[in-house]
Amino acid sequence: MIEFYLDSGSGLSPYQQIVQQVRHALRLGLLREGDQMPKVKDVAAQLAINPNTVLKAYRELENTGLVSARPGVGTFVSATLPGVTPAVLGPLRRDLRRWIAKARLAGLDDEGITALIADTFRETTTEDIA
Amino acid sequence: MTAVLRARGLGKRYRQQWALSDCALDIPAGRVVGLVGPNGAGKSTLLSLAAGMNTPTTGEIEVCGGKPGSGPDQLAKVGFVAQDTPTYPGLTIAEHLRLGAALNPRWDAALARKRVERLGLDPKKRAGQLSGGQRAQLALTIGIAKRPELLLLDEPVAALDPLARRGFLQDLMETVAEQGVSVVLSSHLVTDVERVCDYLITLVSSRVVLAGDIEDLLAAHHRLTGPRRDPATLPADQHVITASHTDRQTTLLVRAESPIIDPAWTVGKVGLEDLVLAYLESPDAATPRPALEVLR
Repeated sequence: MIEFYLDSGSGLSPYQQIVQQVRHALRLGLLREGDQMPKVKDVAAQLAINPNTVLKAYRELENTGLVSARPGVGTFVSATLPGVTPAVLGPLRRDLRRWIAKARLAGLDDEGITALIADTFRETTTEDIA
Repeated sequence: MTAVLRARGLGKRYRQQWALSDCALDIPAGRVVGLVGPNGAGKSTLLSLAAGMNTPTTGEIEVCGGKPGSGPDQLAKVGFVAQDTPTYPGLTIAEHLRLGAALNPRWDAALARKRVERLGLDPKKRAGQLSGGQRAQLALTIGIAKRPELLLLDEPVAALDPLARRGFLQDLMETVAEQGVSVVLSSHLVTDVERVCDYLITLVSSRVVLAGDIEDLLAAHHRLTGPRRDPATLPADQHVITASHTDRQTTLLVRAESPIIDPAWTVGKVGLEDLVLAYLESPDAATPRPALEVLR
């Protein structure tokens, strides 16, 4: 069973952190379809957080189809998230390396590179939404 | 949703000093409310009025549908743990539980016994021999074993070390999840409030300057940074709480019901601690007063 933790420096609200930790665990294969999620009461007690926060995270996971609640029994993982195989990751990483080398040649330092990536990333995600 | 605590024009005066004035509140049931504010702002006064330990000078207060302290039924509905978690130093833990059972019609003896056991407390030990954390846990045990609808806690964790504090809040959250009890707790620790509370009341100089669902409050406040600008030129629905300026830059904390679309601003989220501090810093900004009112 997954055990949650809270990172106060993450900049994410507790409910977002719970959602993210479930998604990560699914991607890394630590949680599988059919696994039971901890009870809301237990998460609230363990992390000393408001039970409504846990409920909210579980509800969001339910809405995205990752978990489902069986009344009187508990909440269970009901889907998997696509993990990416090393065969796919390799070429992507190679491309990125090539691009980083090019950016350095163009005179960007590390900070400039991360800023450009973050900025472009934001741009494309907002385009996707629009 | 029904209100667990409702106040209208509520005020309390001690001699010449108003400890609480013109307080209007509607706290929905089933919430964990954080009551924050500087020392002497009126937090304890509000809690003792809600518990019925004190009577209002002006206005009215209704708790769980009744007048605080109005009779045995009303007292059974409300649990109150005063500041410094008072217990009877000469009585043992077992005697505290017996007293609780005798005084409270809805007393849950099994719950009290189980909690004392789980906390590893010796029932034969006198309360005077307990550590601060243990005493707080004993007070909480009595508070929840009376099975109240509303639990009022006045700075329950102020005197506790970090470990005892975490233990106390863990148990409190477990109780909330199990029993669905409403809680109002005062605290100076906004990080605790952020973790355990979903509703916030901020008191400054005897007045409520900010109250509401924490998520709604965070969503309605923004930090704006941009080229230097006079805050008076903002749209009418953007209300400035704090403003600071350098030669070229202006930083504002604003309350706005609609999204900020002005491209000149970089819009950032505001954390709960910053939000509370902003209202403590400039409590007058809380209630926008039209300029006309000056003429009255």
